[in-house]
This record gives sequence, C-alpha cells and structure tokens, in this order.
Amino acid sequence: MRKKLMIILGAALIAGCGTTGEPEQSGAPVEDRDAKRVDGTQVKPVTADDQMGTALAAVRQGVLAKRSVFFDYDSFVIKDEYKSLVEAHARFLVANPKVKMLIQGNADERGSREYNLALGQKRAEALKKMLLLLGAREDQIEAVSLGEEKPRCSESNEACWSQNRRDDMLYTGEF
Amino acid sequence: MMTALKRAAFALFALALSLAAQAQLTIEITGAGANRIPIAIADFAGEPGVARAVAMVVRADLERSGLFRLVEAGAPLAENAAVNFADWKSRGTDALVVGSVTPTANGRFEVRFRLHDVQKQASLGGLAYVMTAQQGRTTGHRIADYVYEKLLGEPGIFSTRVAYVVKSAGRFELQIADADGMNAQTALASKEPIISPAWAPDGGRLAYVSFESKKPVIYVHSLASGRRHVAANFKGSNSAPAWSPDGRKLAVVLTKDGASQLYSVNADGSGVVRLASSAGIDTEPFFSPDGQFIYFTSDRGGSPQVYRVPSTGGEAQRITFEGSYNVTPRLSPDGRSMAFVTRNNGRFQLALMDLASRQTQILTDSDKDESPSFAPNGRMILYASEIGGRGVLAAVSSDGRVKQRLSVQAGDVREPAWGPFLKN
Repeated sequence: MRKKLMIILGAALIAGCGTTGEPEQSGAPVEDRDAKRVDGTQVKPVTADDQMGTALAAVRQGVLAKRSVFFDYDSFVIKDEYKSLVEAHARFLVANPKVKMLIQGNADERGSREYNLALGQKRAEALKKMLLLLGAREDQIEAVSLGEEKPRCSESNEACWSQNRRDDMLYTGEF
Repeated sequence: MMTALKRAAFALFALALSLAAQAQLTIEITGAGANRIPIAIADFAGEPGVARAVAMVVRADLERSGLFRLVEAGAPLAENAAVNFADWKSRGTDALVVGSVTPTANGRFEVRFRLHDVQKQASLGGLAYVMTAQQGRTTGHRIADYVYEKLLGEPGIFSTRVAYVVKSAGRFELQIADADGMNAQTALASKEPIISPAWAPDGGRLAYVSFESKKPVIYVHSLASGRRHVAANFKGSNSAPAWSPDGRKLAVVLTKDGASQLYSVNADGSGVVRLASSAGIDTEPFFSPDGQFIYFTSDRGGSPQVYRVPSTGGEAQRITFEGSYNVTPRLSPDGRSMAFVTRNNGRFQLALMDLASRQTQILTDSDKDESPSFAPNGRMILYASEIGGRGVLAAVSSDGRVKQRLSVQAGDVREPAWGPFLKN
C-alpha cells in the first residue's frame, strides 16, 4: 500500500527532513504551437515531482506499522478502539524526540472540497491533541489535511466513505 | 490561384486545429434560451480555407451561448457587399454578419467584417484585424464578442479562458483552455492533487493549492513563464486562495493557529494578517467585486453556512439560513447575486441568491455539484459535477435556461475557474 514510502534507511534518523522546500520546477521547453501564439495567452508547462524521503525501520514493525485512525460520519472524536494504538505512537515519539510525525486528516467525498479539507484538518488536529496530551512535543507533530483528495476507496457508498474518514500518521522520511 | 506560401499557411492553420482537438474539452449544449436571436453568418469572402474557419468559430461561439439561433447563410458574402435586406428578412434572420479575408505581406491576413441589423436595414458596425494563419480562432472569438455585445448589450466572453484540473491515472494536470474548450494547455502536472485554482484579476496568474509536498500549500503561478512561488506554506494546511479585486492580496485559509481560519496575505507571501476568528471552521473566502466584503463558509452556527465579514476585519454577518449545508459562496461580477452549493434532500446542487432580496433559486438538477465560477460577464456559471461516476464540468445561465456540459475524453475534470476579460 504505502510501498513507495517504505524505503529502508539503516538506523540513522534524519530529523531535519521537512516538507517545506520549494518544489522542483522543470525547464521543459514550450511547444512550438504555443510559442507561435502572439496574444500573450501561451502557457508554459511545469512538472511538480514529489520529494521521496527515506523511512525509519522501527516504525515499520509491530503496532507502529499501524498508522490509521478511522472516524464516524461528521465526527472528530478518536474512538476508544484506537486509544492503545495512539498511546503506542505517543510512546515512540516521546522516546525519540528527534523523530517527527505528519498527520494527514481525510474526509469522504460528499460536499465541497475545501470544506472537506477543513473537516480533515479537524480530524488531524484531534489526533495531534491526543498525542500531545500523551507527552509528544508540539514541534514533533504537524497536522495537515488532504481533504477528499486522497481516498483509500473510491466508490460512493458508506462502506467506502468510512475508510476515507481517517487520519494517517507518517514518520520522518515518509513525507 | 494559391501560392506555395498561402498553401503553407493554410497547412499550419489546419495543423493548429488538429493539435488542439486532441486535448480539447468537448462542449455540448443541453438547454437553450427562450428567445434566441436569429442570426446568419455568411462564409467570409476571399482566402477560402481561412475565411471558412473564422466564420465557423463565430458561428460555434454564438450558437454555444444558447442565445442565438443560426440561420443558413449560403454563399460567401464580402464585408463591403451590398445587402438585400428584404431577402434576408424573408429568410427569417434578424442579424447578418459578412466579412472578407485578404492576404497581406508576410503571410498574414486581413480579416474585415460587418454586422447588419436586418430589421432596421442598417449596419451596426464592423472591425478589421490583421492576423497570422494560426490566429483564426482568436480572431473568430473577437468577432463573436463584438456581435454578442452589439446585439445583447453586454460583453461577450468568447476570448476568455478557463482553468480546470484533469485527473487521469495517478496524474493531475492544471489545464488552461479557451472558453470554447479548445487550445487546452497544461500549466502544471503533478502526481499529487491540485485544487482551488483562482485567476488573478490580470488574467496571467493563477493561485492554487498543490499537495506535491504531502500537504496543501498555496502557490502563485505565472502562466506565460511557468514561474511560480509559494504564497503560503505555514505549519498545517494552506488552502482556498481568493484574490482581492486589485490583485495585490489573497484571502487564504491557514491552520497555523489550530482550526481552519481566514487570513490575508500579500500575493508574494508576505504580510500575514488574521481576517476573522471563530471557534469552528472558516473557509472558502471570496471577495465581493467592490472589495468591501469577504464572503466565506463557516460552521460557527453548528452547520456550514455562508457568512460575510468586512475585508478590513470586523463582525461576521450570516447570509444563508435555509437548509443545513450551504457552502462555496461566489459573487457575480456585478456583486448583486451569489452562487453557492446547497444540500437539498441529500443532493448537492448549485443555487443562486439575489443578495438584495435574499431570494434563492436552485439552478441545477444534479447530485454532486461543486466549485461554481461566474463568467466575467455574469451570464453563465461554470461548475463541477459528476455523470456516471465521472467528473465533468457544466455551465448554467444565471436564469437557469441555458445549459452546457464540458467533458474530456479520458479522465475526470473538476475545479473549474473562469478567467477574467483579457485586457487589450
């Protein structure tokens, strides 16, 4: 599933690996037909390549390999069944203060994309808050939202939507 | 007699047409106005290939608007030809366009046209353009704009552009096409989603949200150069950019202080200022055309509803009250009405509110409408919808009568944004 992220890096942690660099821009030449347009409406194409990180070994094993928390419809409450999972991740963050986590909140597809982005953010913030209460540090965790843009399941029914209302936890090197 | 030069020019013109056809948005008319103006657009006289192509663009533009009915025009008629008004009247047309295409130096062409009012038996004027063979479509759109404005009293939008996102097999492309769906060009290609494109008032830049760094970040992208810069990349999510009418600022949604809240930022990314505060979600800002207010979606009252706040900050005022889901406010260019998406018995539909009377009309009969965007003359509203599980774009006139559907052959189309008038 997240295979492309699971690139092994020995034991070293790269704490400074972040998400904020200016993305690479291609210098692809403009096609001839665009260049011939003289009315100022030519569009130069750009390719955005995501930066691939390198993952930690420890978080690929045991309970830490479980990274998702699912939510009820219109809800932002972490359900009891996920408490032990969240506690395990909190313990790992506390024990490894240089490790950073990106929480990606998600929403189902119904309604406005931007409003769903805000709903996903609320879910990500809820998990972040719980991890902080369990001892993780503010500067270790970034809560962001992917809204409805990265569905795990793409059919329009409740079984599918319930998989898309979730938080995913990514560790240093995976984002 | 066709010289080698002219043949080459025509071949180039045909090539430009066929290249554009591969990536084009296909536009179907699915509803038309009640009183369409009958108009005849004769083939232009002169250089046959170019002349026919220009007239075809004018016809297609006017017909697609849903406000004109094409009357068969027969043989080519030159711009200065004597018009037999009685004959045209008997053919049932109210207006007639005639024109000529003449080769000039350097392989260019002069296109002259004239619009006649058949009822009044008078010329309504005309213009001349000098163009290259590749500019036949651009010239056709300008002629259609002229005819449209003379006959309807409002500017035409045939020379404007639209932006939208195409999703196909793990690839997202932000594309820019002419308002007729032709000439689609990719401004940005990415493996990660791109949402919320917003045209700067200058028509040369777009702000949008890209997920290429695993989180939403706002960019401002100059189309001609392909240069772009980050306008907002704070801790958390950065989304929903909206340009101020003067093009200097963006209203954006940031989560750097917790929940999704409204901020203002200069287009270069400097000068972040909080615009409003709530305990819940504030998102989807949109400036009123006079720059006085920012309309936005907020769940501060328990369900997502439209509010507005003075653009310099201040107290929020609730705008929508009916129903439990009213989102994505987009004001008409004249500032008098507001398009938004409402949930109506579980269906997400496009609605239009008259802001003075607060009267609301639902304009569509589909299930998954989103992201409305007004044409710069206010006549049509472009929006995203879904047919058979596939993303399509559709447009509806603000009176709900004219309907169009826009789709691409392979892929989902979504997130449309209609560009501004081009400043000449």
